[in-house]
Amino acid sequence: MSAPIHIPVLRLGQSYRSLDKIAFNVEGQALEISVANSGLIRRDLQHLPRAVEALHAIPTATLVAYCEKAAELFLKGNLPWGDDGRLQSPEDYVQALSQLTGLPHSLGRQNMGKVHAAMANIRAILAGLTRGMPLELFDRGFIRQDGLEVNFFPQTDSLGVLLPSNSPGVNSLWLPAPVMKVPVVLKPGREDPLTPFRLLQALIAAGFPKEAFGFYPTTHDGGDALLFGTGRAIAFGNDTTLKKYAPYRHIQVHGSGRSKVLIGDDFAGDWSKHLDVIAQSISSNGGRSCINASSVLTGHHARDIADALARKLAAIVPLPRHDPNALLCGFANPTMARGINERIDELLQTPGAEDVTARYRQGPRLIEAHGQTFLQPTLIFCESLEHPLANTEFMFPFASILQVPQEKMIASIGESLVVSAFTGNRAWIGELMTSTNIERLNIGPYPTNRVQWEQPHEGNLFEFLYRRRALQGDLVAV
Amino acid sequence: MSSTLTVPQAQTALDAWTREMIAWHFSPETGCDYWLKWAAQAGWDPKKEVKTFADIAKFDHFDDEVLRKEQPERFVPRAFAGRPYNVFETGGTTGMPKQRIGWDDYKVDYEEFSDHYGPDFFPKGANWLMVGPTGPRRLRLAVEHLANYRGGSCYFVDLDPRWVKRLIGMGEMAMARKYQEHVIDQAATIMRHRNIQCMFTTPRLLENLAERMSLVKAGLKGVFVGGTTMTPQYVRFVVEEVLEGKINFAPTYGNTLMGLAISKKITKADNFSLTYYAPQPRAVLRIVNPDKPEETMPYGEYGRVELTTMTKEFFMPRFLERDEAIRRPPCDEFPWDGVGDVRPFQSLTKTIIEGVY
Repeated sequence: MSAPIHIPVLRLGQSYRSLDKIAFNVEGQALEISVANSGLIRRDLQHLPRAVEALHAIPTATLVAYCEKAAELFLKGNLPWGDDGRLQSPEDYVQALSQLTGLPHSLGRQNMGKVHAAMANIRAILAGLTRGMPLELFDRGFIRQDGLEVNFFPQTDSLGVLLPSNSPGVNSLWLPAPVMKVPVVLKPGREDPLTPFRLLQALIAAGFPKEAFGFYPTTHDGGDALLFGTGRAIAFGNDTTLKKYAPYRHIQVHGSGRSKVLIGDDFAGDWSKHLDVIAQSISSNGGRSCINASSVLTGHHARDIADALARKLAAIVPLPRHDPNALLCGFANPTMARGINERIDELLQTPGAEDVTARYRQGPRLIEAHGQTFLQPTLIFCESLEHPLANTEFMFPFASILQVPQEKMIASIGESLVVSAFTGNRAWIGELMTSTNIERLNIGPYPTNRVQWEQPHEGNLFEFLYRRRALQGDLVAV
Repeated sequence: MSSTLTVPQAQTALDAWTREMIAWHFSPETGCDYWLKWAAQAGWDPKKEVKTFADIAKFDHFDDEVLRKEQPERFVPRAFAGRPYNVFETGGTTGMPKQRIGWDDYKVDYEEFSDHYGPDFFPKGANWLMVGPTGPRRLRLAVEHLANYRGGSCYFVDLDPRWVKRLIGMGEMAMARKYQEHVIDQAATIMRHRNIQCMFTTPRLLENLAERMSLVKAGLKGVFVGGTTMTPQYVRFVVEEVLEGKINFAPTYGNTLMGLAISKKITKADNFSLTYYAPQPRAVLRIVNPDKPEETMPYGEYGRVELTTMTKEFFMPRFLERDEAIRRPPCDEFPWDGVGDVRPFQSLTKTIIEGVY
């Protein structure tokens, strides 16, 4: 076995080897991740003005081109594994990612494609975020639009991000920030330091100044240092994370998604035509994303839909990580899988719920297969919205299905990241459009994981980082 | 100043000191009410049966709840009768605090600490600043005595760890941060307006202060810290970045019940791993098997920290600390066992509020 690969802390341009390390083993190759102490992060963040300066020295149009180049490097290039000159091929990345996170190679590649697309489509994304304002906005601070000076100014000198490990695709969220000349400071998820590190290497190789990026694998304390040391921050987590950071306006928390499929009365009769879309909403990306549906609400035929959907979901079975058809993810931490399984069984003791997939599933929900621990897809029929399994989510293909009259659906869904409303009913669409509980609304029979690059995801990053103000007077010298 | 004894000589001295202290605490003329009454009911006579330090194992583990429940007067050795005493309380405990009484022990401990370091480590005659828990703590008097002993005076900025723990317990993280800022504001003000060359503080507060100013440019020459876990990475960060590789650094491990254990000189060769040595023979630290505390762990392995304190003022056998550490061998500076990379007991298996101040 060769010497361990070492992934360093990136201190706004400086590579740093910590004495605290997390060790992994990837197919016999030792992998060490340096861990930053919180004080080190706080000290580094004092140098953010230099990072801002480095980005401002480059025209935005050039940064956009760098981002597009980085997209190709990320997808196809050989990039530094760590700090010793060894290179990581895309295949190395997919294999190691699979080993660390349980994501099968097929989904690893799919996520790679998603992140690649987010970078390759950066022009469309920026246009969507700014509603078509020219790129010079980020160079001059203002543009002239319809005869009016429009001035936006950065509200922060950095964007801090506490990343999760569940899905590499979430990295696409912060990618526009450095193009908008806002330095990025990342805390990778414990099991996935690889994706953000590879992305940063791609961006730097494409031309971005290395001073613009911080990469800090760290503890909870270090995570707090990052969140409170950056002017704007995003934290991924669960309901506990949400509660902890909710009081702080500069922190945007991406908690549980609780995304839903709502089947309108006008679509309920044809439910069998839409089963594939519903199953995709629940199971795409191994059910690991916040945009996966965790509830299906229909006004009619709930039991019939449940039975057919359960049959479809139960057909998704654990496969080896390298199988091109693999759709389920193993759990990097088997204890977590056991905990989730026990929790579902415990909540099923509350009357009024049935695990419909149990009728068709091969073997138990929790299963050891192909050297990994899996949770097999699970659909729970709930008789009422009050059942504890009716509006919850877990990190595998899991959903509840309920019969709820259409007129009661909007009031009952609670906060939902994505709602796919299968309807063409104009009046109901009007009500859905004004619901404050829905972050992202798909009208029609579309899966909850549908991505349209021009649309913002979980808030508008541009509006989070920049603010408009009045600009008047003599602007000739500006 | 390092100990001049060899390892066997240090052991012989410890055994002799143990006999002397047992004789003192269990003699009616000199002992205290608590231990004399204990001996009357123990069914064995420590004076006869304790001949070496190893015989201390005949005592059960000291239950520090006694220091909460019993009146301090019960711990006054009869030889000290009539002399007013200091009452010291342990760190961040809430509710009825644990109290230890004392007279001169803190002076002895801190003079010995001072003598361990040369005249320039903490420049003689220089002023000190203590930023940390003062109030009813031994540390407050001890640091001032240390400053005075080295010919200087001491400024103080208080931090109440009990309030910090309460804030965190209530989920008031924002307020805890504001309180910390308030403490650092005061310390920074003193640093800017007074001639301070030496400091005692906690590692976290030291970090925070260094985020406000260069401590080197502020004129600091020596820093003495104690209070929380310091991993090798943390020590390296403090030495290289917080202190910019230019300020002398003396980490310690200690508390009201022990006094303070001095760290062996920090070296890159040791990868910044800290090893502390108890102020033997007045206090002895052993690293014991958590499941069988009568057994000492092999060198290089983690175990629970067990403390025995034996001074004329205070006797406390085999107290199991809430810490674990690696048992380390004697070194050039200290001819007895040390405790390395101390961390909260079972910190890898439970959540602990630590390092908040």
